Amino acid sequence: MPEAPTIDGANTVWLLVSTALVLLMTPGLALFYGGLNRARGVLNMMMMSFSAIGLISVLWWFYGFSVAFGADVNGLWGDPGAYLGTGTFLAETDLWGATAEDPSGIGVPLYVFMAFQMVFAVITVALISGAISDRARFGGWLLFAFGWATLVYFPVAHWVWGGGIIGGDLHALDFAGGTAVHVNAGAAALAVALVLGRRLGWPREGMKPHNVPLVALGAGLLWFGWFGFNAGSELTVDAVAGLAFVNTQLATAAAVLGWLAVEWVKDGRPTLVGASSGAVAGLVAITPACGFVAPWAAVLLGVVAGAVCALAVGLKYRLGYDDSLDVVGVHFVGGWIGSLWLGLFATNSVNGAIGDVVGASDGLFYGGGLTQLGRQALAGLIVTAWSFAVAWLLAVAIEKTIGFRLKPEAEAGGIDIAEHAESAYDLSPAGGGGAFALAGIGTPGDAAGAGPASGERAAPASEERAAPVSGEPAAPVSGERAEPASGERAVPASGERARSVGTKVAG
Amino acid sequence: MKLVTAVIKPNQLDAVKEALHALGVAGLTVSEVQGYGRQKGHTEVYRGAEYTVEFLPKIRVEVVTDEADVEKVVDAIVGAARTGRIGDGKVWVTGVEAVVRVRTGERGLDAL
Repeated sequence: MPEAPTIDGANTVWLLVSTALVLLMTPGLALFYGGLNRARGVLNMMMMSFSAIGLISVLWWFYGFSVAFGADVNGLWGDPGAYLGTGTFLAETDLWGATAEDPSGIGVPLYVFMAFQMVFAVITVALISGAISDRARFGGWLLFAFGWATLVYFPVAHWVWGGGIIGGDLHALDFAGGTAVHVNAGAAALAVALVLGRRLGWPREGMKPHNVPLVALGAGLLWFGWFGFNAGSELTVDAVAGLAFVNTQLATAAAVLGWLAVEWVKDGRPTLVGASSGAVAGLVAITPACGFVAPWAAVLLGVVAGAVCALAVGLKYRLGYDDSLDVVGVHFVGGWIGSLWLGLFATNSVNGAIGDVVGASDGLFYGGGLTQLGRQALAGLIVTAWSFAVAWLLAVAIEKTIGFRLKPEAEAGGIDIAEHAESAYDLSPAGGGGAFALAGIGTPGDAAGAGPASGERAAPASEERAAPVSGEPAAPVSGERAEPASGERAVPASGERARSVGTKVAG
Repeated sequence: MKLVTAVIKPNQLDAVKEALHALGVAGLTVSEVQGYGRQKGHTEVYRGAEYTVEFLPKIRVEVVTDEADVEKVVDAIVGAARTGRIGDGKVWVTGVEAVVRVRTGERGLDAL
């Protein structure tokens, strides 16, 4: 007799925590990419990540979760109606993995499982943005994110984890997203970078990272969140979750060393950008393998992934594609290495699910022959081909309709100003006026209402300065400090400016 | 009156300021600038890509002084800014027609 459905507290808590950890990876990615970017496009780069959180979360709730994890229809997608956004899953029986024989499944409410998988979809889309810095119109990006998530990520997650063709039929292994996330996003990134073309001046002009500490901070947040990504993907609290956790740390640490070694020998100096990039390469590579290999194989994987990715980021200069922040060199290449690694080092001795659940074989070095290596390669090829092709078609379609590539003059002036009317760094005390024009107060000079009421945008130079003070115009006039209630103290520079402009208004 | 302009290494600013102070120079203006002379720049490597950074950070010091003191001011700056290594900078002198102290309206040497 099956028991009554029971929620497993430990599993549920761990997945809730993991969900929050994985969500933090996307802002971490925004900082990582933002720091690697030039200063004039850092906000747009970060916006692509933050907008992915907004858009993909809602799509996932509405139909993404159903397409990925609904009952398998034909190996290609899940029943879109299974968990369509209008349903609620509060019943005791709404536990992930529940069946007639095993009504508790893993004892995790569907809401929790759905949320955990939601943040994977978010970051996978955000990963693509690193390839197209400084030149993709924001509306085009949103449309692309919508189309790619719908046609690529949701189905591919089903292929790999939802009982579809890759995990269910091919018996390829992917613990936390080597093919579903990294190969997938990397292939799309290459396609969009090719359709959009190179940044103006690339590679002749220097486009070096503008803020290396931000890069390191972002890498650190990714690393932290990745424990939820990898160890959380076990879905339950057990020894394999511990293995995945330890392997994540070991491979990442080894990849830092691998990347630095290549830099030191090839370029003469080890760099912080290199250490941060090596960490991300290691995290990517261990993702598919973390719960399926022994720790020594994870260390070896880290060294190999760090070293190979450090060399792979140079490919774009030889081949001439502007994958701006090396999504291909790190995520596509690292994802492939980790996926193939399973064909060499996967072993049922560390995780019985390899044979029992996925129906996969041990790797080559564990006596499994070439069977699993072939499956892993085929899985990678399927995802690469589908993701690249759909991303290419989507990008071309967007370019031909609403336009995807920024206009050259806007790109030259900086995408932050052109697309978002804000600037990342306002360090000059000579910031200037125009602040109140946007706030609708007007200045004595343009009392006739030549400001926003005319429907015209203010000139970019004044718009860019507007943000710091426009929210609190009243306080500076009184000569006092800006109200603390606004949530942040005005920094001295903008406070000074606000005061002088405010005086003008008062007069 | 003369305007003495010096472009120096950022690390030498304190020494130059002290030397001018010792001379009794009442005020000076300092700005952060970038440039290069014979020294040229340096290279940085990010993800294997080499970037040549041609413009190096420098400090520009500007002092307006009585014509009679120009040589002393120039010597003080040159003495304090020199490290003997390439990239120590340049000092040049130009004429100044008029100076006004904003607060009082004083003109000429009185305004210095």
